[in-house]
Amino acid sequence: MLAYVFRRLVQSALILLGVSFITFLLLYVLPADPVRQIAGRSATPETVENIRRQLGLDQPFVVQYGRYLAGLFHGDMGRSYLQKTEVAALIMARLPATLLLMLGAIVAELAIGLSLGVLAAVRRGGALDQSLMIASFVAVSAPQFVVGLLLLYVFAVKLGWFPIGGYGHASNLVLPAMTLGIMGSGWYSRMMRSSMIDVLRSDYIRTARAKGLGRARVLALHAMPNAILPIIAMIGIDIGIFMSGIVVVESVFGWPGIGQLAWQAIQRVDIPIIMGVTLVSACAIVLGNLLADLVTPFIDPRIKLR
Amino acid sequence: MSLMNKLLATSALAVSLSFASLAAAQDYTPDPNAKPGGNIVITYKDDVATLDPAIGYDWQNWSMIKSIFDGLMDYVPGTTELRPGLAESYEISPDGKTYTFHLRKGVTFHNGREMTAEDVKYSLDRVTTPATQSPGAGFFGSIAGYDAMADGSATSLSGVTVLDPATVKIALSRPDATFLHVMALNFSSVVPKEEVEKWGADFGKHPVGTGAFKLSDWTIGQKLLLTKNADYWRAGLPYLDSVTFEVGQEPIVALLRLQKGEVDIPGDGIPPAKFTEVMNNPDEKKQVVVGGQLQTGYITLNVEMKPFDTVEVRRAINMAINKDRIVQMINGRATPATQPLPPSMPGYTKEYAGYAFDPAKAKAMLAEAGYPDGFQTQLYVMNTDPNPRIAQAIQQDLAAIGVKAEIKALAQANVIEAGGTPKTAPMIWSGGMAWIADFPDPSNFYGPILGCAGAVEGGWNWSWYCNKDLDAEAAKADSIVDPAKQDERLALWSDVYMKIMQDAPWVPVFNENRYTMKSARMGGSDDLYVDPVSIPVNYDYVYVTE
Repeated sequence: MLAYVFRRLVQSALILLGVSFITFLLLYVLPADPVRQIAGRSATPETVENIRRQLGLDQPFVVQYGRYLAGLFHGDMGRSYLQKTEVAALIMARLPATLLLMLGAIVAELAIGLSLGVLAAVRRGGALDQSLMIASFVAVSAPQFVVGLLLLYVFAVKLGWFPIGGYGHASNLVLPAMTLGIMGSGWYSRMMRSSMIDVLRSDYIRTARAKGLGRARVLALHAMPNAILPIIAMIGIDIGIFMSGIVVVESVFGWPGIGQLAWQAIQRVDIPIIMGVTLVSACAIVLGNLLADLVTPFIDPRIKLR
Repeated sequence: MSLMNKLLATSALAVSLSFASLAAAQDYTPDPNAKPGGNIVITYKDDVATLDPAIGYDWQNWSMIKSIFDGLMDYVPGTTELRPGLAESYEISPDGKTYTFHLRKGVTFHNGREMTAEDVKYSLDRVTTPATQSPGAGFFGSIAGYDAMADGSATSLSGVTVLDPATVKIALSRPDATFLHVMALNFSSVVPKEEVEKWGADFGKHPVGTGAFKLSDWTIGQKLLLTKNADYWRAGLPYLDSVTFEVGQEPIVALLRLQKGEVDIPGDGIPPAKFTEVMNNPDEKKQVVVGGQLQTGYITLNVEMKPFDTVEVRRAINMAINKDRIVQMINGRATPATQPLPPSMPGYTKEYAGYAFDPAKAKAMLAEAGYPDGFQTQLYVMNTDPNPRIAQAIQQDLAAIGVKAEIKALAQANVIEAGGTPKTAPMIWSGGMAWIADFPDPSNFYGPILGCAGAVEGGWNWSWYCNKDLDAEAAKADSIVDPAKQDERLALWSDVYMKIMQDAPWVPVFNENRYTMKSARMGGSDDLYVDPVSIPVNYDYVYVTE
């Protein structure tokens, strides 16, 4: 087990190194000059060249990447080109908001997905099941930008139940967490449905029913725990999906997380921030997957890690 | 009195006779209805990058820096008229090469220390030192000793001398008629050395100036709070107790929040998709202030690329574009343009009507130039609405005279890159990147975007038009410092732009209007909400009525 974890950690480090190289290379070959974004329009050519030299952007790719990596190994992610603030400080200031949003989204997707999945399984084949499955299909495919604006318009503007964007109160979290979670809830309802159907077909459920236990009791205490376990392990993988979603959702709701930071940095070619956010997200995804793999044997003893 | 004459009269007054001046007559009259107190909420989509006046150069921080810092010169609120700022008065030597500024006494920084001439010198040295990486360093090119600063061989501008704690003399290497405007730029703000050294690269997050507001809180990615500087040297200002800036707010969300009374001014303006809705609602329309902008939207024609190297072709393109239709497409948020300068800029040639829209004549001219069947070309454009739609309108206009233009819609940074690379982008629609003046003077529309200096790799002169004669004429105009000859100077500038229109490297398309929406409780003259210099709003002078 320990050997497995160690091997996976080494693999993860290599993956992160690869991600850093590819991202840095893409940003380097991108036909957009960060210096011109910094210098603005009135800068004289010598001002532009000065800024380029000061930032080391006149150096060849290998030197630039080498310097970046060297900084990284010393825990230095560099300073934003435009804000001049340390990237680590910018990300740390925004990370709690993103983590909170992801936590909210996990709660939302599990609450919605699992309950709808159980409902569909119990009523399988019926009209309810079919409409729920169509709804889940829509939830999985709906663009988050549209879902976000729709929720915002209906529940915040028209009904006034929630604030229009913003951050700081629990009520601010509901709509962005729903938006981010709604896609996952589609997946989870489908998985929960089939998992429940499998479990409900199994012998021990039939035995429990035969013992004369009530239907609700069998569902809640015997069937659901067994049906949920394999699904829980999927949460780790969700982190990767969330990471792509936060850029959109945070922008729509004005949620001050790293997704918003990344979006602004991309538009202005602020390379240190783009690199920083990419690496932090990649870390989260790698760790999430690792966690998912590590949790599985505890849930299902038939699986062994080597 | 036209804006141009007003500017002339006041600057003539400011530097009368042998250019000695006291210059206080043209100052702003305070609003008798203004009530002190209150907080307003401004929103922006993008984060505020930095509040370091030597570095900050974007839509969000420009007006914030103006309220936190002061320079030697300033503008009368809501106008383009210069007035003294931290300098109480100034003298200009008869040859126009020496400026002596007399500082106000008793002005203190937010940290309580008195501002002196040493601070002025320090601030100018700092902004021109390469290590500061100031985007505005080039504005100070006329100060003696600038070149030595730029190449790193000096650590201090030789032209700036402290005569006594309240007097600073600035010697120029050449007469520069725009120098007082440069002294009013944010880049010229006076900063306290001890605070800059204390915070280092993080000074932009901990700004300390002499301005009407000081920064009291900054939660990164969420909000900033500016609070009133009770010791501000302009008596009675500012009116507001505080200004809250909330960032990360989509313009559409900001508008909804304004309608609910949670926001006072959406800093990014009215989202295009909601513009008609707002303007058709009588109550909401009352909350919108309309003003001009020192801005021109244009199409560049790359004179180094065939067939735009032929002047007849460029003139034909100028006649082929239906500017009225493009203005209609953006819901009339602009006025069709005839020339590079916007109408509110001194030096604008009123009697010039521009190239009339005449596709038939344009087609005939193309045929004469040797392109009876038109030609194929590319039109680069930034990929955010409404620019691709405008590009399509241009494409259709061009098709009508036989020119087939392929639209290349790219991210802003990529269009900028293509424009600054030789022989790459034959045509560019400037929308989203269009020139907005740094200061209200005609010279600001020439050098980087139409002069030879900008027609270099990485430059902003995307038509690559370089006319040495016009460069000489522009330099001649800017060497006229004598206030009595300002008419002559503006006439020269007008002539420069008229010659540019003869050569037609641009199709000037429109001058965008500015629409500032404000909550019903906001008070103060409308001019303050479309201030040509403090965009979107001059925070020092507005107030709330409840």
